Amino acid sequence: MSEDDERQQSPPSDLEFVSNKARNCNATGSGSGHPEFQSTYPDQVLENVLENVLHFLTSRRDRNAASLVCKSWYRVEALTRSELFIGNCYAVSPGRATARFTRVKALHLKGKPRFADFNLMPPDWGAHFNPWALAMAKAYPWLEKVHLKRMSVTDDDLATLAELFLGFKELVLVCCDGFGTSGLAIFVSKCRQLKVLDLIESEVSDDETDWISCFPEGESNLESLIFDCVECHINFEALDRLVARSPSLKKLKLNRYVSIGQLYRLMVRAPQLTHLGTGSFSPSDIAGQGDQEPDYVAAFAACRSLVCLSGFREIIPDYLPAIYPVCANLTSLNFSYANITAEQLKPIISKCHKLQTFWVLDSICDEGLQAVAATCKDLRELRVFPVDPREDNDGPVSEVGLQAISEGCRKLQSILYFCQRMTNAAVIAMSKNCPDLVVFRLCIMGRHRPDPVTGEPMDDGFGAIVMNCKKLTRLAVSGLLTDKAFDYIGRHGKLVRTLSVAFAGDSDMALKYVLEGCPQLQKLEIRDSPFGDAALRSGLHHYYNMRFLWMSSCRLTRHGCQEIARAMPRLVVEVIRSADEEEMDDVVGTLYMYRSLEGPRTDAPKFVTIL
Amino acid sequence: IKEQEEIEAKAIQIGSKDRSKKRVEASCFVSMEVGRKMANMLGTDHDLNFKETELCLGLPGGIAVVAAGNETESSSSPKTNGKRGFSETVDLKLNLQSKESTMDLNKNLDDNGSKEKSGSAKDPAKPPAKAQVVGWPPVRSYRKNIMANQKNSSEESGNSGAALVKVSMDGAPYLRKVDLKMYKSYQELSDALAKMFSSFTMGNYGPQGMIDFMNESKLMDLLNSSDYVPSYEDKDGDWMLVGDVPW
Repeated sequence: MSEDDERQQSPPSDLEFVSNKARNCNATGSGSGHPEFQSTYPDQVLENVLENVLHFLTSRRDRNAASLVCKSWYRVEALTRSELFIGNCYAVSPGRATARFTRVKALHLKGKPRFADFNLMPPDWGAHFNPWALAMAKAYPWLEKVHLKRMSVTDDDLATLAELFLGFKELVLVCCDGFGTSGLAIFVSKCRQLKVLDLIESEVSDDETDWISCFPEGESNLESLIFDCVECHINFEALDRLVARSPSLKKLKLNRYVSIGQLYRLMVRAPQLTHLGTGSFSPSDIAGQGDQEPDYVAAFAACRSLVCLSGFREIIPDYLPAIYPVCANLTSLNFSYANITAEQLKPIISKCHKLQTFWVLDSICDEGLQAVAATCKDLRELRVFPVDPREDNDGPVSEVGLQAISEGCRKLQSILYFCQRMTNAAVIAMSKNCPDLVVFRLCIMGRHRPDPVTGEPMDDGFGAIVMNCKKLTRLAVSGLLTDKAFDYIGRHGKLVRTLSVAFAGDSDMALKYVLEGCPQLQKLEIRDSPFGDAALRSGLHHYYNMRFLWMSSCRLTRHGCQEIARAMPRLVVEVIRSADEEEMDDVVGTLYMYRSLEGPRTDAPKFVTIL
Repeated sequence: IKEQEEIEAKAIQIGSKDRSKKRVEASCFVSMEVGRKMANMLGTDHDLNFKETELCLGLPGGIAVVAAGNETESSSSPKTNGKRGFSETVDLKLNLQSKESTMDLNKNLDDNGSKEKSGSAKDPAKPPAKAQVVGWPPVRSYRKNIMANQKNSSEESGNSGAALVKVSMDGAPYLRKVDLKMYKSYQELSDALAKMFSSFTMGNYGPQGMIDFMNESKLMDLLNSSDYVPSYEDKDGDWMLVGDVPW
């Protein structure tokens, strides 16, 4: 049976944090024939059976549970885990991970916390891929796939991946930085088995290297090439030839330096595409008279398998009708870089009956959202981004749009909605109309904005969401919120795993409600809210169950955080200083704390103090 | 004691200067308010010709103020959203006030952000917008940069190198020029041309019973009816139907 610690410190589900088992199974140099590992014949049979059965277990949560059954299961599970997911790269060292899991083919690693995306963390904080690259090269030479999010990746790391892993097939970099086109060039030239190269919202520096030309000649295995975030010109002729020799290519997302004329040529080459990012969607010259325009409609019509469409980075709306032939089959449409009006949207969206994922700019206004609600009955995910992300503007979308969506899209599971005004009534309506909501993220851009109709705080709206949406696991709140809203969250948000709070709450009680009430809470990010040391203390029972806690511009003091660090040895408590803060200031600018098996990291920069 | 009195006297002087400056500013607000209301009234009536016939001190579109009062010729580049930007109204209506206060108010407007795109003018008495907070609203800088670039490139293409084209109408005494980049569709161009040429009086009708161009609403009806279709002669000398080629 399992050798659990006390319930409060029971191992968290997504981290291999089992002190007893670590002692037994941890690599202490070469194994010295521990008696339990000398199995007798029936045990061997059992292990073989287990091994075969566990191969079918893919969900990492199931695997974590299986590994806790007994030592034998722990061992077999470790041998059969081929995809390793590490939600915080500092929670465990590369050495420890490779020691336990010896047959990993795919690594999924996450680094910086999400608030780093909004310039709340100084650059060079950490999350370097390099030590992992080197450790993997030794432990898993057969590694095929690496998926990184918010990590710092260098050109050298890319070279390592290409040179030391002969069968490397898939690289996905999401919100990463630290590399450039020269790193890409080395990577693609040496990675002969490459199937997937997906660069998503990453910062790629322009070293003026023509990396597209560096793909090896001959037939390529490419199935997915996504580079819409790469802000450099590319060699189009080379790309054209590459697409021509990639018969398996299904996903292609172009950057904004590809004109619509060039897009046409690529589409004609690859009508088998399922996912297409259209690049600029405008012609390279503006007043290009005389030249006959290609038949864009025909090109789209030929792509019978197209289900996911994005791009439109510099759209000329008159070309939009070209996509009519594919609308009926689309399950995913991303217009979030296309500044189009409701009138321009309507003829498109009215054809998109199968749409499940829709990302769009608020330029379509409430009217555009009403059109979405009228047609997209199968919509699961909606994201509405602001064209003008500033406070105190008149916003084009409001509670009217949200209400319409809630009434038309009853199957909605995930919503991200930026707006300047919102009423409790509309949020309550959504909580009742869309019971399947798993993710509810509402960003009322003006800080501390109350309900404009009633003048009340937004407590009741968010309260209704946690009460009525029984499957809710992710919540982001905004607007004027008192402690009452957090009381609701603590009482009813029993499945909430991720919570984002900004400019909200009145007192420590708010944070207490959440830390005491939400047993599934794993990621908590808070900024500019009046929560102090007492509130921090109220979460001591829970911090080992969480991936991280972020609190910036709150009311924490250094000695308050020190207390936490002392009480919880397996927690790394980082105090991050901004430029104008002194090291010995008692006020804490940013607290970032996370559980870890390794203790304080050795690569912390000067502006980070680990308590 | 005498020194003190002198100091006090100076203080009073300074105080009264401030007060008079405030008075000037206050009257600026009032006239701006009136000016703004008028601009809105005019602006919202997009289809009527008020803007074209309005007496003003300069060309709408933010071009430098011209002193002459009786220029009625419409500018060659009308704004397509039909509303005059707030800052332009200020320029036109406030040149009678002190330069200082105009500058102050313009600075205020800059803080509030350009309203031309959204089309709504801000109440000048409202305090300037809150200082932008780091990382708020939570939009990734990646996305923010892209939207900013898009805005810049659309502004750039609007300002640099207009696509100017000569337009002549049979019987009109002189030609006009239009900037094609000011329009987003054939309909808009057609409407603008109609307005442009409707101001000419025609003393005689053509032999085939030509349309009465003086009557602008008739012209608009005509253009929108099915009896006539807009067409053009392309570079090969062929008459083409407007609309086949995307704008």
